[in-house]
Amino acid sequence: MVRAVHYLNQFFAGLGGEEAAETPPTRLEGAVGPGRGLAAELQGVEIVATLACGDDYFGEHEEQALASLVELLEAERPGLLVAGPAFGSGRYGHACARFLRTASERLRIPVLAAMHEESPGVGTAEGKVLIVPTAVNVAGMRDALPRMARLAEAVVSGRELGPPEEEGYLPRGFRRNRFAPKPGAERAVDLLLAKLAGEARSEIAGGFDRVPPPAPVPDLSRALLALVTEAGCVPQGNPDRLPTIRAQGWLRYELAGSRSLAAGRYESVHGGFDVKLANEDPNRLVPLDTVSELADEGRLGRVHDVLYTTTGNGTPVASATRFGREIAAELKEAGVEAVLLSGT
Amino acid sequence: MLAKEIERAGVPTVFVTSLPTIATMVGANRIVRGPAITHPFGLDEADRRRIVERALEMLETEVEPATVWEVEAE
Repeated sequence: MVRAVHYLNQFFAGLGGEEAAETPPTRLEGAVGPGRGLAAELQGVEIVATLACGDDYFGEHEEQALASLVELLEAERPGLLVAGPAFGSGRYGHACARFLRTASERLRIPVLAAMHEESPGVGTAEGKVLIVPTAVNVAGMRDALPRMARLAEAVVSGRELGPPEEEGYLPRGFRRNRFAPKPGAERAVDLLLAKLAGEARSEIAGGFDRVPPPAPVPDLSRALLALVTEAGCVPQGNPDRLPTIRAQGWLRYELAGSRSLAAGRYESVHGGFDVKLANEDPNRLVPLDTVSELADEGRLGRVHDVLYTTTGNGTPVASATRFGREIAAELKEAGVEAVLLSGT
Repeated sequence: MLAKEIERAGVPTVFVTSLPTIATMVGANRIVRGPAITHPFGLDEADRRRIVERALEMLETEVEPATVWEVEAE
């Protein structure tokens, strides 16, 4: 029998509602609340103790809460730690993921939680915690417990887990090689035929990392606007040798009061499209002439006197993210309030 | 990617591109569809002005994530 510990918040542990949200970490004997339903489903795994903590206490005293929880956990000599289901509760989901991550690093034991896929806990877990997706509220309890039990049994068995959709956990953000039944060309044609038949699908799910749109610029006529491009615009002759594909970095060029990207003085070295039309008039890629006019007319405050450029083709996600962060830091430093980004 | 990271830093960013679907996939929020890969701001100054004005208007507008605006042809 594998010894398991179950983590719950104050509410599910029966300690109280919001009025008990400041409860510090507490140990309860055996399975409690949803843990009883989970215990009834589990084979070969016994819930020996329940650890509970108030959601507010955890959020406000995270380091102390983690230290106490880990200490209580170690005393149980567990072979598994499970948490939740937290459903759509943000604080609870975050606490589950944070505690489980820490426990898995310190004790080297398998951990699994259950929560709604949009819970902030999924972000906290960063793929380091197995998460069983659940409904957004407690109505999904009955459906969630057997699925948690199956995954718990799978992880303690020590066998290699299959892919998320087969085993019932959320994708953890990494890819594993496996043999496909058909070659890529055939699978691509199958997807195309399905799409023509009205069913668009993909073998790879999209990522979750989104940034909410910042608030609009309150008054463009007073704002500093910067031009940024992924279209590979550089001074003629490409003096700094910006690669035409798979750029390793980005470049900054002082515009030095220029009001237009004149042909013969600027060019695009982007390797992903025919640059002939662009090089006849580089303002077609980076409209410095138009924004300069608009600034004269008072529609814009000022145009930032630096052009930021890179080539956006074949750039790995991690590199592009780094370029974006570095450029953003310069823009903030310069007091830029709005960006006109051009790509292809 | 650039748009997403610049917006993460809190600076509203409008991305003019002729491939808006890809822009939405990589996390851009304010997207104006340009007419062609080889000339996202059009060919002549009148096109360019219309597209830039549309882009500026988007910077002044509260948008839902991954919003794509079209530019009306003259």
